[in-house]
Amino acid sequence: MTYDERLQHVSVLGAAGKMGSGILLLTAIEMADLSLKPENKDKSFVLNAIDVSPAGLSGLMKYLRDQVRKAAEKKTILLRQLYADRDDLIENYDIIDEYIFDVLNIVRPVTGIEAAYQSNLIFEAVSENKDLKVKLLSAIDKNNPNQPWYFTNTSSVPINLVEKEAGIEGRILGFHFYNPPAIQRLVELILTNNTTQEVVDFAHQYAKNLRKVVVLSNDIAGFIGNGHFMRDALHGIKEAEELAAENEFPLYKAIYMVNKVTQDYLVRPMGIFQLIDYVGVDVVKFILNVMDPFVKDEDLHSDLLDKLMLQGVTGGQLSSGAQKDGIFKYKSGRIVAVWDVHKQEYMDLEIFKEDCDEMLGDIPDSQVFWKDTLRDKNKDAKLAAFFNDLKALDALGAAIAIDYGLRSKEIGLKLVNDQVAHTHNDVNTVMLTGFYHAYGPINDFFD
Amino acid sequence: MTAGYNTTSLGTGRREFNPKKPRPGLEHYIKEAGKGVLDQIGGPEHVDEAVIGNFMAARFNKQANLPGFIPYIDEGLQWNPATSVEGACGSGGLALMNGIKTVLSETADVVLALGVEVQNTVKAIYGADILAGAGWYQRRKEGHAYFFPGQFSDRAGAYYEKYDYDRARKGMARWYANAIENARLDPTAQEFQNNVEDPYAQAYGMKPNGRSFVDHLTILDCSKVSDGASAIAICSEEGLEKIGVDKKDATEVVGWAQVIRNITNDPTNLTELETIKKAAHQALESAGVTVDQLGTLELHDCFSIAGILVIEALGLAKPGEGCDYVAAGKTGRKGELPTNTTGGLIGWGHPTGATGVHQAVTIWQQLTGKAGNAQIEIKADKPYGMTINMGGDDVTVIAIVFKRGE
Repeated sequence: MTYDERLQHVSVLGAAGKMGSGILLLTAIEMADLSLKPENKDKSFVLNAIDVSPAGLSGLMKYLRDQVRKAAEKKTILLRQLYADRDDLIENYDIIDEYIFDVLNIVRPVTGIEAAYQSNLIFEAVSENKDLKVKLLSAIDKNNPNQPWYFTNTSSVPINLVEKEAGIEGRILGFHFYNPPAIQRLVELILTNNTTQEVVDFAHQYAKNLRKVVVLSNDIAGFIGNGHFMRDALHGIKEAEELAAENEFPLYKAIYMVNKVTQDYLVRPMGIFQLIDYVGVDVVKFILNVMDPFVKDEDLHSDLLDKLMLQGVTGGQLSSGAQKDGIFKYKSGRIVAVWDVHKQEYMDLEIFKEDCDEMLGDIPDSQVFWKDTLRDKNKDAKLAAFFNDLKALDALGAAIAIDYGLRSKEIGLKLVNDQVAHTHNDVNTVMLTGFYHAYGPINDFFD
Repeated sequence: MTAGYNTTSLGTGRREFNPKKPRPGLEHYIKEAGKGVLDQIGGPEHVDEAVIGNFMAARFNKQANLPGFIPYIDEGLQWNPATSVEGACGSGGLALMNGIKTVLSETADVVLALGVEVQNTVKAIYGADILAGAGWYQRRKEGHAYFFPGQFSDRAGAYYEKYDYDRARKGMARWYANAIENARLDPTAQEFQNNVEDPYAQAYGMKPNGRSFVDHLTILDCSKVSDGASAIAICSEEGLEKIGVDKKDATEVVGWAQVIRNITNDPTNLTELETIKKAAHQALESAGVTVDQLGTLELHDCFSIAGILVIEALGLAKPGEGCDYVAAGKTGRKGELPTNTTGGLIGWGHPTGATGVHQAVTIWQQLTGKAGNAQIEIKADKPYGMTINMGGDDVTVIAIVFKRGE
């Protein structure tokens, strides 16, 4: 079966979810582009968008329409060539509208799994529950005569186990997109001990066509991205708890301070607690739960996250992409208050921010801003100068930052030692591309 | 002509421009520019007639019947005659010609001439469809997604091939730098707030990329997508007396030409602007003026290559040497012929239907000493100013020669 033939009949499970909808969008566009090739004009292309939620599927179609329009507007030059033989399509307006129709025309929104029984390729993006994944994949495999391939988007469930329990040896791999899939360029590719070369080759071709950066990760719970993020988050929680205990002040102040240090001092796109909110407290806790049993020498668990969940503090995003309140309360995307786990209410930042900033101390003039690093060819030298100044500074904020930077490196090195990642460079690529860090965790800045 | 007024040219480049937020509509611009003139001529009662130039309000704003907006400027203009004219990006120039002819026919002493376009209602990729109406629709299918940049990219490509790529790019980069440096002197210019340290290096360093745009031009070679309006009063001598404006505060129209080319034909020579050449020479001839008597020039640089080709069409440089003429700084504000002194279409902005009127307002400002920070020195041996306004790819051209009233 050729690449094009493989993509003639595809299903996405969990298509209305945050990750599923992005995967569906990218796959629909790739399939539509194949269908527009002259040699494919008489072939049918079908993409089943499978999800249990009819409301979610309805929202998905609207999301698709808007996103495909954006994609079409960006590649109108190419589309005019693809539709050159269509005399009825003259203006960009006509061509973009036709392309949107052609992409949506491939998609079949359905709630029943039976649609996947004809597919050659199944993307799995249901919730992070191994038993559910096994149940769905084995049901499809029993009823599908095509010996389909399975690409799972799991970020934490060991894929060897799913492969074995669903009885799909050699035909599954982890194809882990980052959120949101349409924008994030990173994909972690995770092979099992049995994945056949044919499947791997296809995955690389598919990733290339989607213009994704592929990093190979071993099949160890959490892989590289969550392997780093989860440990980094636990370290942030631990730092905040210790800071509160040592100074005998409420935890919410320490949370604010550690978040500020991880963003401003470590030059990251957002602080560690804001990142937990962004991903969702519930999701972070869930991923930790999935990873924990597979990790022997560590306790991947946080009482604070348990407490937050019990108090209904979840974070995450609204379907519009806006941030929901979590550890922080947000106004127009900005942090305005921090959740107090004792009083169970948000404490306004304005009341205590100044005191906390004073405790952290001044930031050196050589401070580098994350946004400025995005296109700065000279960023490494600037970062080195800033971090050197931090090291020379006798201030609480600087000390937390240096300690944090070293811990982040330790986590990175552990991922290579534990053979989750193949190389230091792979770890750094994941954090640079998937988490938009300005520098990789394995560096010499903080030594 | 007197009492000129320009609104701000709004679009990318202006800090107050946010494509996601509501913005003023067509009527706002008409009113602001019209009132700007009325305030200088003692009110609406002096206006006998109005003419409004616009290209594509019917598609950008779903609005036609623009003469009906003249009384929206001021109720006092109601029950007067008003006309709208269209000749693509030459619409503003046509509005001026219409006003000039009305005054000459002695059916009016004061004509309010106005040009307007509000283009930011759609994204650039759809705006390209709308602007493509300045070409022959039968050619749209084979044209580029960005139709007009595509047309002038072909001209630039032919110029590179026939003459020299690097010399041409240097001239085009200097053209861009002049436009930005001049725009920074006019608060209404779209690039007024541009603070790039070295615009020449920026433009010279940017290479054309056909995959994301067109083959032979970069976005810095293109005029802006703009919302804006300009207006000016066209008066007879009696009209000037009526509104109480001294002749020294007005420009005199000393010559003009209006020339069109068959839109269904492709240009005979991609490296020459034939219609502009004819119009410019006819206008100079009708004024009895030679090109070296021009103290300032407003030309239609919808693309940097167009600017260079107009220089050649005027005979200021030989074919293939317009780029060197520009690169040597001769069109700069202190050069041999200061050109587009408030930024032109690339720096000030290009609200398509308004551009011809904006050019006349700029010449009026310069010749009467009202150009503020953008003021250039008008020398006694070069007292004339000229506008060259073009609709489509060298199709509808209006050239007018002015001097200060005396």
